[in-house]
Amino acid sequence: MDKVMMTRRARHAPLVLVTCVAALALLAGCERPPVEAKQGGYRGTGMDTLINPRSDAIIAVKNEIPEALPAASPDGPLASTVYQNVQVLKDLSVGQFTRVMLAMTQWVAPKDQACNYCHGSNMASDDRYTKVVARRMLQMVRHINSDWKDHVGKTGVTCYTCHRGNAVPQYVWFESPSESKGKGLAAANADLFSPQATIGHTSLPYDPFTEYLLGDANIRVISNEALPGSDNNSIQHTEATYALMTSMSGSLGVNCTYCHNSRSFAVWDSSTPKRTTAWYGIRMVRNLNVDYLVPLTSTFPKHRLGVLGDVAKINCATCHQGVFKPLYGVSMAKDYPELQGVYQHPDAVAPATDAPAAPAPTAALTPAAAGEAGGRVGQH
Amino acid sequence: MAEYQNIFTRVQIRSPAYEGVPLPRGTWVRQGKPFFVHLFGRFGDAQVGPFYLGTTGLLSLLCGFIAFEIIGLNMLASVNWNVVQFIRLLPWLALEPPAPSNGLHFPRLQDGGWWLMAGFFLTSSLLLWWLRMYRRARALGMGTHVAWAFAAAIWLYLVLGIIRPVLMGSFGEAVPFGIFPHLDWVAAFSLRYGNLFYNPFHCLSIAFLYGSALLFAMHGGTILAVSRYGGEREIEQILDRGTAAERAALFWRWTMGFNATMESIHRWAWWFAVLCPLTGGIGILLTGTVVDNWYLWAVKHHVAPMYPQVWPTVIDPATLPGAPK
Repeated sequence: MDKVMMTRRARHAPLVLVTCVAALALLAGCERPPVEAKQGGYRGTGMDTLINPRSDAIIAVKNEIPEALPAASPDGPLASTVYQNVQVLKDLSVGQFTRVMLAMTQWVAPKDQACNYCHGSNMASDDRYTKVVARRMLQMVRHINSDWKDHVGKTGVTCYTCHRGNAVPQYVWFESPSESKGKGLAAANADLFSPQATIGHTSLPYDPFTEYLLGDANIRVISNEALPGSDNNSIQHTEATYALMTSMSGSLGVNCTYCHNSRSFAVWDSSTPKRTTAWYGIRMVRNLNVDYLVPLTSTFPKHRLGVLGDVAKINCATCHQGVFKPLYGVSMAKDYPELQGVYQHPDAVAPATDAPAAPAPTAALTPAAAGEAGGRVGQH
Repeated sequence: MAEYQNIFTRVQIRSPAYEGVPLPRGTWVRQGKPFFVHLFGRFGDAQVGPFYLGTTGLLSLLCGFIAFEIIGLNMLASVNWNVVQFIRLLPWLALEPPAPSNGLHFPRLQDGGWWLMAGFFLTSSLLLWWLRMYRRARALGMGTHVAWAFAAAIWLYLVLGIIRPVLMGSFGEAVPFGIFPHLDWVAAFSLRYGNLFYNPFHCLSIAFLYGSALLFAMHGGTILAVSRYGGEREIEQILDRGTAAERAALFWRWTMGFNATMESIHRWAWWFAVLCPLTGGIGILLTGTVVDNWYLWAVKHHVAPMYPQVWPTVIDPATLPGAPK
């Protein structure tokens, strides 16, 4: 009898094996446990943040920040009086100015090129495109730190927030031509793209960025009324919005309920305060893409541009890189007062201040003044 | 009893193949000499055939094939007729309905006309197959319960694909053909109309769906449990209640205080299964046509409970003065 049972078992072994392998294959798309749920909202409402300590540990290593360079004194002659062609960091002392240059070398320039990445033998010359871009990026950093506190708060940003040692930040986006190949009657009416990690490998519209983070298309698709009549947003429009939100979720490494109460994605008064921060974030990205990156299109050489000749643009992932707050909210900017300030044109500054020489305490600026100054810099 | 039977039937009894009741009249006859497949016998009945295709069956298969080809060839065209890419990307490929701006016009083929055409042939195929089911049941002198259950599923299909889009005035409201695309459509549909979980007909549909699974488990479990007393011979037990039926009934009276009969359990199961797509279809039909945001509707009618706020009040930043665009 035992022998009979054993033979039967042996005969069924391949079937059992195949079943087990098939079952495991079905799980291949799942995240390996443990996944911990951290309660955020009122009990029982599922307003939880999902955390996987294992994948968090991997991300944490990538988000260790480099040691800050020794602080530089704001005293001494201004860099603009000592060096030629200083257009943005005019308010810094020579010491501070050098410190920023060193930091940029550490954060951005390829190791084998260092200063040479941007500067030739004549340090003042603008003949390298990288220097022109870097200047604009410095203006951008100061603009973010002073005018976008609604998004970056007191944490602020530095070059490192995006660059992380890379000449081009790892997470940027370009416009892509559709892969749909059918011609004539066989042409499809929807664009086809290979599955993209940026939108969670879904079949949603591939590029939510051009419309929402370069353009300012309306993201709100959910009706504000219980009954029909006020709202005509289509399912297709909703899918595009959904793709944007999926990309944000992936960029920040958070689930929907980090910002939204999923019972109603639209209603603000049951959303978390994080949603407000994200709302400003979307506007910030639009502003930076339109005012800082797109105007650099002609500055970049061709190999830095996308297939369609467009400049590398930013989205949430550019800074966040899979973390709810870039670099887990550790402020590198506080160690770099040089990047906080906004250059104030002597005409725009109240008389009898030493602001140009000081590391421009932005907290003292009113938002309006900061905006004006930022705008002025932007035109230069 | 030869031995304990688990998922698969271990003992197969061979008898001469059953040819079916004589057909009263008709242009087609059942074709093919019946034969037996041991593997089929493991799951169900080992007998295969005789076959009956008939006019409706043939037309249904033809229409289904045309729809299948339109969808498949459009997907293949979208990957530049590359078969390897077609297989690799198949779950992502789609045949999309016309754009919302098209309304209810018949667009050019490449602008959604193919979608309409595929939908027409698929619908024809389903309706013809329904007719075939109805007629075959009648030919065997059976009731038409299966056909009407199938009709419930077709109702949901028609609401999603044509009735609701027509009421909304846009074919763009309909579901795309495609594996992931139709799933993403479902998610977007619920998002757009303010969370379908607050749609009471969606609630009913889920209740009947889960209820069907529950009834299935209860019924299957009960009959298997009393099969040692001949419980699987349900029809005999309906007419002449034996010890299997008595024991099964007593079991449920003991465990939940009430029991179905050998006959009524099947009516319960049929209605639960049929009501799932029937109520679901009503829920879809009302979405966008009668209710635009189910969450707000539920708040308005005090269906959605309110929970204490745990955060400071969040205000829509777009409403603040000087808000960026």
